[in-house]
Amino acid sequence: MSATTAGEAPKGIYHLAGSLRKERRWALLTAYISLVIAAIIFMAPPFYMFITSLKGSGEIASQIGSPWLVRDPTLENYTAIIFNPLFQRFMFNSIVITLFVVALTMVISILAAFALARMRFFGSQVLATGVFLTYLVPDTLLFIPLYQIVGGLGLLNSIWGLILVYPTLTVPFCTWIMIGYFTSIPKELDEAALIDGASWSQMLLRIFIPVALPGIIAATIFAFTVSWAAFVYPTAFVTTPDQMPLTIGVVSQLVRADTFAWGQIMAGALVAALPPVVIYAFLMDYYIAGLTAGATKG
Amino acid sequence: MVADGSHALGGMASRDRGRANAMQRFARRRSTIAFLMTLPLLAIIVGLVAYPAAYAIYLSTLNRRMTAFAGTLNFELLFESDTFWMVAFQSCFFAITAVVLKASIGFWLAHMLHHIPDKGQRKWRGMLLVPWVIPPALSTLGWWWMFDPSYSSINWLLAVISVPEVPWLGHHWWARIAIIMVNVWIGAPFFMIMYLAALKSVPEQLYEAAMIDGASSFQRLRYVTLPMMANIISITVLFSLIVTFANYDIVRVLTNGGPRDLTHVFASYAFQVGILSGNIPRGAAVSLFMFPILALCAFFVLRSVTRRNKEQM
Repeated sequence: MSATTAGEAPKGIYHLAGSLRKERRWALLTAYISLVIAAIIFMAPPFYMFITSLKGSGEIASQIGSPWLVRDPTLENYTAIIFNPLFQRFMFNSIVITLFVVALTMVISILAAFALARMRFFGSQVLATGVFLTYLVPDTLLFIPLYQIVGGLGLLNSIWGLILVYPTLTVPFCTWIMIGYFTSIPKELDEAALIDGASWSQMLLRIFIPVALPGIIAATIFAFTVSWAAFVYPTAFVTTPDQMPLTIGVVSQLVRADTFAWGQIMAGALVAALPPVVIYAFLMDYYIAGLTAGATKG
Repeated sequence: MVADGSHALGGMASRDRGRANAMQRFARRRSTIAFLMTLPLLAIIVGLVAYPAAYAIYLSTLNRRMTAFAGTLNFELLFESDTFWMVAFQSCFFAITAVVLKASIGFWLAHMLHHIPDKGQRKWRGMLLVPWVIPPALSTLGWWWMFDPSYSSINWLLAVISVPEVPWLGHHWWARIAIIMVNVWIGAPFFMIMYLAALKSVPEQLYEAAMIDGASSFQRLRYVTLPMMANIISITVLFSLIVTFANYDIVRVLTNGGPRDLTHVFASYAFQVGILSGNIPRGAAVSLFMFPILALCAFFVLRSVTRRNKEQM
C-alpha cells in the first residue's frame, strides 16, 4: 500500500519486500484459522464424550436444549463405572496383558535389533526383510488361523492367549525402531569396548541400551499403546467377560442392546483411554522423535 | 625323510588350521550369539506370522466342517456371491478415499503447523494428536453416540445451520461416509506428524534460493517441498493404506456391517463369516484377499522409493 501511495519512490525492491511481508501475514492468518478449525473438529468427539459422561440418565434422555452442554453435572457415572467389578476386571486384565506384552516385546526386539544392526551373520538380511514383510500380513488376516492355533493350545478365552499373540502386533515395528537407533550409534564406540575386553552382553547393556534410551522409550510407548488398544484379537479370542481387556470389554459388555447407559459407556471409554493419553502427555516428544526417525531412515 | 617332511608340513598346516579354527570359532561364536539373539524374533515371525499365513491358505481349501479338502470351492462360492463383490468394492473405496483424505488433511495441517512460530507448535501439535492417542475402538464408541439416530449431536449442530437431519448409520451411503469420517479423524494426525518431521528436515536454504529466484509459494511447494518429501509421503501412504485396508475396529463398532451387510470391509466380513457364523474356511478365504492387494501396493511404492533413492545418489 505504501508502495502505491509513494509513487515516485523506487518501486522494485520495496514493493517486493512489502508483498513478502504481506504474504507472510496472510500465511500466518490462514495457518491459525486452519489450526483452530482442525483443533475444534479433532477435540469435539472426546469433548462430547466427556460432556455425556457428566450427565445423568434423565438429562441424556431429554431432548431439550443443546446436547453439547451439561446443565447439572454429576460424577455418578464415574463412580458407577469405577466400582463396577466387571470394569475393574477389564482394567486388571488390560494392565496384566500390557505389562507382559511390553516386557516381552522389548526383550525380543532389543536383542534382535542388536544382532541385526551389529553382527552380520548368515540370513541376517533375509530376517530384516522378513521383519518388513510382516506388515503385509495384518492382524485381520491372521486372526482366523490364529483362532485355530490358539484354540488348539487351549488358550481361547484366556488372557494368556492374548499375551501369546499380541507380540505379532508390536515386535516388528519395535525391532525396526531399535535397528534404526542401534545403527546410528558410531562403530568406534563398540570397537573401543571390544578393545577394553567387553563381551557382547556387556556391550549391549553398558553401551547400546544407555545410548539408545530415547529409542527404547519410543518403542516401549509404541508397544504399550498397541497392546492397550488392540481390538481384533480380543474380539475374536475372548468371549467370557472376566477375561476381556478394556477395549472389547467396554464395547461389548457395557453396550447392552436393550438399555443404553450412555453416560456410563462414555465414562468407561474415557477412563479406559486415560493411560495412553497420560503417557503421551508426558512422553510425546520421545515417541514422535522415535517414530519419525525410523520412518525417515526407512 | 619324506615322512618327516610331510609331518613338518602337516604340522605347519595344522598350526595354520589351528589359527583358522580359532578365527572360525570366533566367527562361529559371534554368529551363534547373533542367531540366538534373533531366535525369539524368528520364532514370532515364523510361528505367529508365516505359519498362520500358510495355515490360512490351507484352511481356505477345506470344506465348511473342515473335514475334507474342497479345492477352490470357497473362492468359487465367494466369486459368485454379490455380497463379496460389494465387500471388495467397499474395502477399496473406503481405503482409497480415507487415505487420500488423511494424506491431504495431514499435509495441510503439517504445513500450517510449520508456518506458525516454533514456540506455539508443541501446544498445537499436542491438541491435534488427541484423536490418534485414544484407542480407536473407544473413540469410535464416542462417534457412534454422536451418530445415534434419535440423539445425534451432529444433527443438532446441522440443525443450527438448518441442514436437514442426516440418517448417519441408517442409510448405507451415509454409513460409508460416517466410517470414512471416523477413520480420517483418527488417522490424519499421524500423517501430520510424519509430514511435519519431513518438512523440518528440508533445508531452509532451498526455500531462500527459490524465493530469490522469484518462485511463488505454490512453486516452492511444487518444486522444493514435494520432491524433498516424496519418499516419506509414499512410505506413510503405504503404511496407512495397509492399516486402513485391514481396518476392523471402526466398522465393528459403528455399523457392524449393517445396514443389510452393505458397509462390510474385508476384515469385518471375514470376522462375520469365519468366527460369528463359524465357517472358518470361508472366512480365511475372504481375509486372504487382503494379502495380494497389499503386496501389490507395497511393491509399487517401494520400487518408486528405491528408484528415487538411486537417482539422488
